[in-house]
Amino acid sequence: MKQKFDTITSTCVPLPLENVDTDQIIPARFLKATTREECFFGDNLFRDWRYRPDGTPNPDFVLNNPAYSGCILVAGKNFGSGSSREHAAWAIAGYGFRVVISSFFADIHRNNELNNFVLPVMVSESFLHELFDSIAADPGTQVCVDLPRQTVTNLATGHSEQFTINGYKKHCLMNGLDDIDFLVANQHKTIAWEYEDKIR
Amino acid sequence: MNKKELNVVSTPLSHREGQGGGSTLFDKIWDRHIVQQVDDGPTQLYIERLYCHEVTSPQAFDGMRARGLKCFRPERIFCMPDHNTPTHDQDRPIADPVSKAQVDALERNAREFGLTYYGMLSPDNGIIHVVGPEKGLSLPGMTIVCGDSHTSTHGAMGAVAFGIGTTEVEQVLASQCILQQKPKSMRISINGRLGRGVTAKDVALYLMARLTTSGATGYFVEYAGDVVRQMSMEGRLTLCNLSIEMGARGGFIAPDDVTFDYLRGRDYAPKGDDWDRAMAYWRTLQSDDDAVFDRDLTFDAADIEPRITYGTNPGMGIGITGTIPAQGDASLSKALDYMQFQPGQSLLGTKVDYVFLGACTNGRIEDFRAFASVVRGRRKAEGVTAWLVPGSWAVDRQIRAEGLDGVLRAAGFEIRQPGCSACLAMNDDKVPAGCLCVSTSNRNFEGRQGPGSRTVLASPLTAAAAAVTGVITDPRTLI
Repeated sequence: MKQKFDTITSTCVPLPLENVDTDQIIPARFLKATTREECFFGDNLFRDWRYRPDGTPNPDFVLNNPAYSGCILVAGKNFGSGSSREHAAWAIAGYGFRVVISSFFADIHRNNELNNFVLPVMVSESFLHELFDSIAADPGTQVCVDLPRQTVTNLATGHSEQFTINGYKKHCLMNGLDDIDFLVANQHKTIAWEYEDKIR
Repeated sequence: MNKKELNVVSTPLSHREGQGGGSTLFDKIWDRHIVQQVDDGPTQLYIERLYCHEVTSPQAFDGMRARGLKCFRPERIFCMPDHNTPTHDQDRPIADPVSKAQVDALERNAREFGLTYYGMLSPDNGIIHVVGPEKGLSLPGMTIVCGDSHTSTHGAMGAVAFGIGTTEVEQVLASQCILQQKPKSMRISINGRLGRGVTAKDVALYLMARLTTSGATGYFVEYAGDVVRQMSMEGRLTLCNLSIEMGARGGFIAPDDVTFDYLRGRDYAPKGDDWDRAMAYWRTLQSDDDAVFDRDLTFDAADIEPRITYGTNPGMGIGITGTIPAQGDASLSKALDYMQFQPGQSLLGTKVDYVFLGACTNGRIEDFRAFASVVRGRRKAEGVTAWLVPGSWAVDRQIRAEGLDGVLRAAGFEIRQPGCSACLAMNDDKVPAGCLCVSTSNRNFEGRQGPGSRTVLASPLTAAAAAVTGVITDPRTLI
């Protein structure tokens, strides 16, 4: 869903697992949808970790632990590896997360998050581990993500880091704009390229 | 969109301007397709070929309808269902109503937007990454995308091919362009000569174990070296297919006579004078001798034996005669717990319940020949369920033309109908919970082949060996 992004301060949901692949974020059987209803995907986020085979909630999974809440997901490195399914980003957005913090993101998934107005924030390993420690000590730990300043702050320790995002994507997120508007507006340039390519 | 707020520069930007040194083939193809460079932003890249399957396109077409747009270049787009298609009784309506709805949606969308569509039972249908190359739709020097991470497969043709999300599919439908950050470049050279019984799949599994599932993230890989030059086209398709499993943006191989011989005469390959002109251009598609890559790795074929995975990502693998690491971190414990394996154990002799031959990784005629060569004169083991799924109807026709169907049937195997099948079990080919499957596909994530299923990835030779012995077996003992 297109929405403007500025500064977010929230408690966090910790997922201290590395290499979380998109099959876990949203299993293949939920890819059969023909529409983009975020509630549907949000309801099935981490489905097979969240629910037992008999359909009852798994009390050991963090999303079922009422101590943790918020719109920031904190995950171990190499988040979103594997399949390109954008449905994984829809599930994350549909559940209500606006930010994912990790020390490493798989490329395609990172792009998918950005295209769905979920901000992937890459931090150092040490910042990430300190954040997991803060959350473990106090589930009410808050984090502030400031997109204009490109900073992320652990409000329990006061430690901050800068994160990278290119100017174009930052502009799109802050203004709720998408790439397709841009591309359609630039069709004359595409036609010029096609002509030049033909005569090359 | 207020264009004034964005500084857009029209000059194509070379990645390593001012650094000196020659260009990589990736640079050459990328740079040629730049429409414009967005200041402090992505590149607008022209896409010569878009493939659409039924899973990642419906919302893109809905978006087009909502915006009131037509496809900008419909002739460049080819659609076919593959993920949901059943591998039996394709002449009947799909039993699962949700799968049926998704496949029907693709057909409706293709017709509405005027796109070429190969439906189930069409002689041209199959797994999109098998059909594209075999029809000559993926050509050297092209930029190719699809809403599927295994789009890297087409890199074997000497194209820059990569997977994208549904929103990006909509970008290409609308404008035949995509906005992308240019990745860094990596060259992986494999030198020497592969041993007996060691295949392209084993090379890929070896690389994934060495690099891990994130080792190539942010990079576009060029495969080079003796082993790659000696590989057949289908071996190259397998190798490039698995690039994503190292996290790479894509992986490709510079075209050569193997590529040109494969393409000559294919339906959509250029013909006559166009072929000669194309060849002249294709022969220039090489990295310069003095090209500098951001990372340059070399491996020795002598270090590669038949491979098998033990864990829950494709990088968690060992040589078939090796042992699972005895020590590791929490990820290893979690994986071994799921797979029901022990640290330090060998996998040889492990009982196998299912064998799957197929997928965009190993669903081609050479894979069926390899499987048949092991099972010829032997019998499928009792207690093993085997799914042999050709990658396309064209592969199926070739299996029968070569008499391989007879060889396989005599050994107790049946050939199913084409589709992605048990690779990700979106159709009804699901491995039951707790069962172990030796699979020629590309992913062994938890639950990939069905909730609770256990997957080990291997080559067609290794899969065939397991199918006839009923246990994980070194294929070299049977060939």
